[in-house]
Amino acid sequence: MHLKKLSLLNFKNYEDIELNFNERINCFVGNNGVGKTNLLDSIHYLSLTKGYFNAIDSQNINHSKEFCVIQGEYERDGAQENIYCGIQQNKKKQFKRNKKDYPKLSDHIGLIPLVMVSPSDISLILDGGEERRKFINGVISQYDRLYLESIMNYNRILLQRNKFLKSVAGYSKPDPAMFEVYDSQLSLYGKVIYEKRKDFIERIVPVFNKFYKRISGEKENVSLKYKSQLAENEMSDLLEMNRAKDLIIQYTSAGIHRDELEMLLGDYPLKKTGSQGQQKTYQLALKFAKFDFIREKSKQFPILLLDDVFDKFDSERVEQIIKVVSEEKFGQIFITDTDEERMKKVLSRLNIENKIFRIEENQNIISGE
Amino acid sequence: MSMNFSSKLLENAVNEFAKLPGIGGKTALRLVLHLLRQNDDEVDHFGNTILKLKKEIKHCKVCHNLSDTDICHICSDIRRDFSTICVVENIRDVMSVENTNQYNGVYHVLGGIISPMEGIGPADLNIISLIEKISAENSVIKEIILALPTTMEGDTTNFYIFRKLGNLKVRITTIARGIAIGDDLEYADEITLGRSILNRTDFETTLRN
Repeated sequence: MHLKKLSLLNFKNYEDIELNFNERINCFVGNNGVGKTNLLDSIHYLSLTKGYFNAIDSQNINHSKEFCVIQGEYERDGAQENIYCGIQQNKKKQFKRNKKDYPKLSDHIGLIPLVMVSPSDISLILDGGEERRKFINGVISQYDRLYLESIMNYNRILLQRNKFLKSVAGYSKPDPAMFEVYDSQLSLYGKVIYEKRKDFIERIVPVFNKFYKRISGEKENVSLKYKSQLAENEMSDLLEMNRAKDLIIQYTSAGIHRDELEMLLGDYPLKKTGSQGQQKTYQLALKFAKFDFIREKSKQFPILLLDDVFDKFDSERVEQIIKVVSEEKFGQIFITDTDEERMKKVLSRLNIENKIFRIEENQNIISGE
Repeated sequence: MSMNFSSKLLENAVNEFAKLPGIGGKTALRLVLHLLRQNDDEVDHFGNTILKLKKEIKHCKVCHNLSDTDICHICSDIRRDFSTICVVENIRDVMSVENTNQYNGVYHVLGGIISPMEGIGPADLNIISLIEKISAENSVIKEIILALPTTMEGDTTNFYIFRKLGNLKVRITTIARGIAIGDDLEYADEITLGRSILNRTDFETTLRN
């Protein structure tokens, strides 16, 4: 599956453009601020019905205009797919597949699988556990409705249980039946979530290791591990053991909402000891593992967007990355870079189909052959 | 939008109507002007009906349904089956189940569902009276049907009641959840369809309805 043609009307800095793409590698090169990433973002829109960076749709409309349109022509399993996205100030966003409206936006997600790699993903490594749980939830729930439902139910009950803990603060004997009810509900969904997270991580770890080794040239020893309190105790036991403590801190202290992904470089936390290049390699290998997972689940090659991915990498790693993504396990790729010469040099050595788009000021785009 | 009223009386009346759920300022004004066009008798009747409603309405002492009398017409109807109690959230649900014409038991209105987020705990609901009713020595109750909303809070409340009634000799059932009648399977969400498959029923029982 690949994107053949992209047309933008009033999207961010683009007033009216149309681009034809190569089936494999497409590079957007140009200076800072010319709108390379905006092109990736529009492709992201067409797959996931929203931008990668800005959750507010109307802010993606060109400043002087009332509406914007993103349109993509895809080839999917030998058939043409025309995806239309229209955004208007103060109106509901519109999505159409082959001129037919979607009743629900969520029905579209998954049709054109896509993975985005961006410098902002570094939060996955540097920020708190919430970011990493969000990453896991996002990947699994795309192809598992039961998981999504379980997460939503779990979070709802957790919220209610925490409110309950606050409401009984100071009481000598809170109703034990309330604990039993909330605890058994949390256990029911927590168990499902734990099992599915465990399976998911077991499935991606070898792929992650393989990618990390290849990009780094086998220089470093890294590990990725799922850490959950449920590994040692049943959810229901955990809640019971912590009940007295929970009553004091007025918060549910144990459960899958405390799960973590342990990321190590050698024996030390990557967050503390890793260089920026190492952290970025880790992040990239994790995204490639996600790509591999989605490819298997969707039975299609997801579109891969690499935004400014070479920044902070030495030339050896840059070449390794391009080499990895040019292999048969990857499909269509869009890359942004400020350095046209570097891009050209690497691509020429690899002898792979590609097209370079030089983006200049005032939305002037010069397409290569 | 703030309106300029020529009369304070008019403004007060509009403000009162606008306090009602689903009624905005413009609709409130339309309703008030409509009342003004009616003759005195009719407006008197309107006002008195509301006054009387609030002053004289009762909660049934048995099931907590709204009633004109101490015991509502359902609980005092000897043709009803007193061995089965259908537990519902509010009186609107009583009306919904009654409208099915499929149920001849009696009801128990909880008056809400457990949701600490909205400040509602078990003590704020009519749960204790339900337990007392069932555990009474002369109780004839054989079955409790839980007919609460299919939300997480509904589940919590079901679970809580189940836990509280656990030791009593009474059958506890819950209304079936699954594909709605007239729905195509392809449009059902996976969770609902999954439930329907898990909770499938013997075909023979469907012939009886």
